[in-house]
This record gives sequence, C-alpha cells and structure tokens, in this order.
Amino acid sequence: MKYIIILSLFFSSLGFSQQSNLKSLNVSFLVKGVCEMCKDRIENGTLKLKGVKYVNWDIISSNISLIYNSKKISLDEIHKGISLLGHSTSKYTAPSEIYNSLPDCCLYETLEKH
Amino acid sequence: MFFSFITNTVYSQKNIFKGNVSFINESNDKEPLAGVTVYWLNTNSGTLSDIDGNYKIPLSSSSNKLVFKYLGFKEQIIDVTEKIFYNIIMLNDDNILDEVTVNKKRKTIQKSYFKTQNITNVSSDELLKAACCNISESFETNPSIDVNYSNAVTGVKQVKMLGLESPYLLITEENIPMIRGASQVYGLSFIPGTWVESMQITKGSGSVVNGFESVSGQINVELKKPYSDSPFFVNVYTNNMGRNEINIHGNKIINDNLSTGLYLHANKNTSINDKNNDGFLDNPTSNAFNIFNRWQYINTQKGTVSFLGIRYMKDEKEIGESTDDMVFIREPWLGQINTNRFDSNFKYGYVNPSIPYQSLGFQMAYSNHEQDSFFGVRNYDINQRSFYSSLIYNSIIGSTLNKIKFGLNYSYDDFDETVDKKDVFYNRIDKSIGGFFEYSYDSMDAVSLVAGIRYDIHNNLGNFFTPRIHMRYQPFEKSVFRFSLGTGRKSSNIFSENQNIFATGREIKILNNSGKFYGLDPEKAFNYGLSFRQGFFINNREGDITFDYYVTDFDNQVVVDWETQGELSFYNLDGKSYAKSLQVDIEYQLIDNVLIKSTFKNFDVKKQYDSGLKQNPLTPKNRFFTNIEASTNEKENGSKWKFDLTYNWIGTQRLPNHTELADFNGSSPSYSLINSQITRVYSDKFEIYIGGENIGGYTQSNPIIGGDPFGVDFDTSLIYAPIHKALFYVGLRFNN
Repeated sequence: MKYIIILSLFFSSLGFSQQSNLKSLNVSFLVKGVCEMCKDRIENGTLKLKGVKYVNWDIISSNISLIYNSKKISLDEIHKGISLLGHSTSKYTAPSEIYNSLPDCCLYETLEKH
Repeated sequence: MFFSFITNTVYSQKNIFKGNVSFINESNDKEPLAGVTVYWLNTNSGTLSDIDGNYKIPLSSSSNKLVFKYLGFKEQIIDVTEKIFYNIIMLNDDNILDEVTVNKKRKTIQKSYFKTQNITNVSSDELLKAACCNISESFETNPSIDVNYSNAVTGVKQVKMLGLESPYLLITEENIPMIRGASQVYGLSFIPGTWVESMQITKGSGSVVNGFESVSGQINVELKKPYSDSPFFVNVYTNNMGRNEINIHGNKIINDNLSTGLYLHANKNTSINDKNNDGFLDNPTSNAFNIFNRWQYINTQKGTVSFLGIRYMKDEKEIGESTDDMVFIREPWLGQINTNRFDSNFKYGYVNPSIPYQSLGFQMAYSNHEQDSFFGVRNYDINQRSFYSSLIYNSIIGSTLNKIKFGLNYSYDDFDETVDKKDVFYNRIDKSIGGFFEYSYDSMDAVSLVAGIRYDIHNNLGNFFTPRIHMRYQPFEKSVFRFSLGTGRKSSNIFSENQNIFATGREIKILNNSGKFYGLDPEKAFNYGLSFRQGFFINNREGDITFDYYVTDFDNQVVVDWETQGELSFYNLDGKSYAKSLQVDIEYQLIDNVLIKSTFKNFDVKKQYDSGLKQNPLTPKNRFFTNIEASTNEKENGSKWKFDLTYNWIGTQRLPNHTELADFNGSSPSYSLINSQITRVYSDKFEIYIGGENIGGYTQSNPIIGGDPFGVDFDTSLIYAPIHKALFYVGLRFNN
C-alpha cells in the first residue's frame, strides 16, 4: 500500500503533464518593445491569455516565441491580445490610447532599445 | 555512452559558426571587443563575444543573416553563406552619445523581491571576504548564519541558523544532501572556499525536493563548473598562527561539449600555539589534502547537460596538551582526528529544446566517510557509506504560470561506530524512498506560491508525509511579505553531531532505550515564519530593511543535557522545545563605493530539560552585526583597492553549571569582535590580500576547565568566546 502512494503520485503527475503536450504549437513573431519592463509586461500579459503555455520575448531581436494550445486559442487572438497590452505585433498595431498609457520607459515608437 | 559523446561532438562542431569581433581604438590599433551581441536575425538564437572578441553560435535553420550589436557602434548584418570564420570590425556610431557609464555594482549578497522563498544568494566575491579557507569560516561576514567555536581543542567552527545547530540545517552540494551524519561537525570545513561558485541560503523549511531533513533552513553550495571557471587559478594563504594553505585549479575546455577541471587544496599547520598558557594547543597541528576532478558535458542542441565528479580528501589533526617544554607528572592528554573521505557523483539533465518548460534531471552520489579519532582516553570512530539518487521532472499545468515538479529520491546510509572506551559499538542502516510533488504559481505579479508535499518510507523513521508551503505577497514594487510553513524530521546521530562531548571527562548517559536511534526517538519539528522587506531611496541611494521572524517548534527532539557537572545525558524531549528568532537587517548604499549593512538578532531558544525549561546553553540571546564594504574606483587595467570591516557584538549566553564557572553566575559576559580585510587588486588577474580576525583580541579566560584532564570534571566544550587572540593573514590570488 505504502509504495502505491508514491507510485501513484509519480505516474498521475507524469500522465497529467504529458497530456497537455498534445495540441501544442510553436510560433515566433515580432512584438515591439524596448526594455526589461516591456519584457515583463509582454511575457506576463501573454501568459495570461488562456491557452498560451510558454512565452519568451527577446529584447534584442524583439521576437516573441511562444507555445500555445491551438484548441483553446488561435494565433490571431494571440496577436490581438498582445496588441491590447500596448505592444504592437507584426499583425496588429496597439490602440494609441493603450500605447500612450505605457510606462515612460516602454514607449517603443520613440525610444531606442535600452 | 562514451562513444555517443564523441560522435555528438563531431556532429555539433560542424554546426557551430565561429568568428571574432574587434574595433579600431583611438590609437588606430585593432582591439578585441567583448560583450557584443551576436544573433541570427528574427530568431532567439544569440550569444555574446568573449573577452578576446571570439564568438561561437550554433547554425540556425531559419536564418542566414547574422546580426552584431554593441552600444556605441553601428549595427552590422552579414549574410552567412559558407561555414567559415567571419571576423567583424565594428564601426563607431557617431549618432550615439559619446559614453555611457553604468556604475551600479552587483551586490555580493543578493536578496530577491521575486522569489517565493526567503533565499539569500551569496556570491563567490562575498566568500573572498573571509579569505580563509573553507566554507564554515566564510559565514563570518554573513548575518543570517552564526559561527561559533564548538570546543577549545579541535579548532572547529560550527554554524547555527535561526538559533539552531547545523544538524537542523539541510546542507546540500548542488542539491545533493552532503554534510550529514558522520560529516556533520567537520564537513563544512572540508569544502575549500575557493571551490565554491555561490551559495543559496534558505530560511525556514525549504523545498520538499531535496528531502524531509531540513528543519530550520537549507544551505546549498554550488561548486565551480569547468566550462565557466577560469582556466587557471592559484591562491596562497598564510597566517601568524602557522596555518598555510594552497589552492590550485585548472580547467580545460576539451571541445564544444566537453570540459574538465582539476581542483587541488592542501593545508598544513605545524606550529605549536599555546598563547593562553593553559598547557593545551589553542588550535590543532594539522595536515590536509583535498582533490577533486570534475567533468562537464553540454550539448545545447540536444538540450543535455551532464556532470561527473570524483573527489578524495584526507585530513589529520593532532590536539591536546603541548608536550614541548613541559615535564609531566602524568601522561599528557592528547588526541587525534583522522578523516578519509571519498565522494563521487553523476548528474544528468535534459531539456527538450522545442519544449523548454519540460525538463528531466537525474542525479546520484556515493560517499564513504571514515573518521578515526581519540580524545585522551576516549575513542570515536565512525564509518558512513552513503548512496543517494533522485529523479526529478519539471513541467507546467496550462502555462508556465503554473509549474510542477515531481520525482523520487532514494537514500541509503550505513553507519558503523565505535564509541568511548572502544567497548560500545553501534551499527545502523537507514534506508528510505520518497516521492515528492511541488506546485508553484510563479508570476512577477503581487502573489506567488510554492506548495509541496512528499511521502517517505523509511526503515527507522516510519512512513510519513512532509508538507511545506511558501507564499509571497508584494503589494508595492519595493515591499514584499513572505510566509513559510512546513515540517521536517531527522534521525539523530548523537555522537557524530556532538563530538565535543568526547573532549570532556563527562560520563555519557542515554536515558531512553526503546527508540531506534541509540535508544532514542527521531526528531520532528514544525517551522513557520514571516518575513517583510521594504526597499527605500534616501538621498537618491538605494537601501532596504528586512524583518524576519521564524519559529521552530519541536514535537520531539533529542535533548543534549550539559546541565550536570561530570555528566552528559541524551534523552527524548518531554515537554516544550522551541526556537524563536527575530532578525532585522538594514542595508544602505552610503556613497557610490560604500555599502553598509547592519543586523540585529534576538534568539529565544528554550527547551524542557530534566531540570526545567531553560534557554539553550551557549546561545546568545542578542547579537548585533555591522559590515562596511568599500572600494576605490576601478582603473582601466582593472586595478583597485577593496576594504571590508565587520563588527560583531555577542550578548550574554547562559552557561551550564560548573564549579569553575561559578564566578559568572550562570551567564557569560558580552563581547565584541572585529574582522577586517584589505585587498589590493592589481589587475583582473592578480591580487594580494591582508586581513585580521578578532582584531580587538578578546578571548575567553578559561576555555579549558576542570583540572585533571582524565577526571570527570574536565571540560573543553563550554566555549562562549574566541580561544585565540588577534589573527593576521596574508595571501594572494592569481587568476588566468
């Protein structure tokens, strides 16, 4: 009995985590941003879109790479979701009133990478 | 296995793109440019050029345009058509401001606002502040950990955290439990300080991943890695007490995947020091040798990393009465502590490059620790053979906001002990297998959480769950609350954890006989704590204040009772035992190059002895600590001066009863200690340091008491202050 507790703990977690891999897609596209603060905003905001599993935004290349579940969210919805955070993507431009409310250091249309 | 390593190497070398970046300096010479960002256009694959301007980058399948970027220079993009070397000369960009200076230095002790657990990271620069020599001594400049002499003859320093002795800490080396059982007392002193890359100190119950043993906290030691450590390093140290140390490290990168390092340490002390004229050596004469060979294998394309390490150490100490110019009317009291230890470990980690949030780790370690020792007419021999292995899998639920870790540990320990007059033998085997699961909610937002549970099946401790939880709440950018709660258990290795009992004449008694550990029951405790940190700006300079309050409550503990003169008793706790610790830290950047840190600590550590509820003996109720570090501005060639000053005030401590300590009325006087160090850095390759410990020279007047060293009243373990006066040292470091 006692060993069953350990084994069931192990295998149930294993099965659980494998299952979530099946419908995953890997994509990469441009998201505008200039600083570490932008990185936090883009990554945290994108992760909160339902269906997005993993995000990494690279400050140097302005490229976002993400893994998402195509059954739960479409690529278009992701682009739209990110632009609503105030960061324009290669597909959608951020609404200007949201862009204007970004922290000063993130105003990527006028600032260099820093 | 080995064959596949070789083929991988060849394969990957073909797919690495190399080159060199340089620029034309003011005197029109070509100079290498370090730190240039090199990446494939529209990808995440990038690297930095090294100190010689060299860069290496794996070929990209999706891009053939390589971008070079560096602040103050024009961006360059080249088309890569052939797999040959590309050497680039960067051109000044006249449109960018002439010069940008960044003068924020990385702190040597770092506390994070974002980590859920109360973890302090100690860098190797901080370790340099206590130049000598091993990690048990390196904590003297760190306020979270207290360092005390454990007795007057062995020269061993022991660490305490949250008011509790080191056995209640889980000490791991790269997450493999390390300093435990037989090596509990001397183990930290067997890790040379120069081998250490960094340390992580966790206050409170810690993570379930590494086992059930941590009660008051965890210390994890990360050793130097052959791939990232400098190719050659030498450190030489000597002090006025006759201690000489040498450390030599060599690292070699064999190819893109494989690198190896050889680390050597030796120390020798042949001087007979009896500065306090009590007839006993103030510190042992000693001789030690330590060798470590480490292999590192990395394959970034396949996402694997692996380590293999083999280590051997030998340490000999001679202690006792100084026989040099004395006429004895009886046999001298002498002692010897000889230790041999062999260690080996293997680690393997795999991250699927296309699914970066899933990873698998496996590690195993074997050690054989043998100590043969005698103290006067008492013997203590212990041999511990240990095997440990763990398997851990990291993944996510839904998104990387919700991470999970789960896995298994197996551990096996075989102890053989011969105690006292060579007539008492103990043999015990501890075996356990455990499964753990840890969930963390991890975002940079206001709240985060780590909750873990493990279930262990242990042949002597029984079958049990260990739950632990950590929470973080950050209402404002510079304010963070942390809370932790958890349980911990351990088997009590009463002799190896309390070896200072052998350097006394006390009669050893074990008052219980039904338990599985020398007749005693296992120890079990509950730890909870709250921490609050507030950052501030005064005069445009950064500082912060931290309040930590932690409580450890014991369900069962093995009471080590020093209360009766001539006797030392072990028994199961019957009643209360707790350790409440309050710590307030203030840190402030006074001016550009001067950082000041101050700490106040209050420990309320009480337990129920047969003779009543009492504060733990030799545990100061109050302590105060201040450290000032300063440096001059670094010149172009890297040269500068570094200064460090530590002041410690240690409050009164309760002393157990002993007729020779009657004058103190049961409590020791308070005293101060000052340590200081000056380092002259000549370049980033060479530096000389000089320093002093206990500069004020405060010592305990009567560290060895009880008259006849073969009588029951003899005691060398009632130590509340340093044994020797000011110690001065000098040393050098060469790094290439």
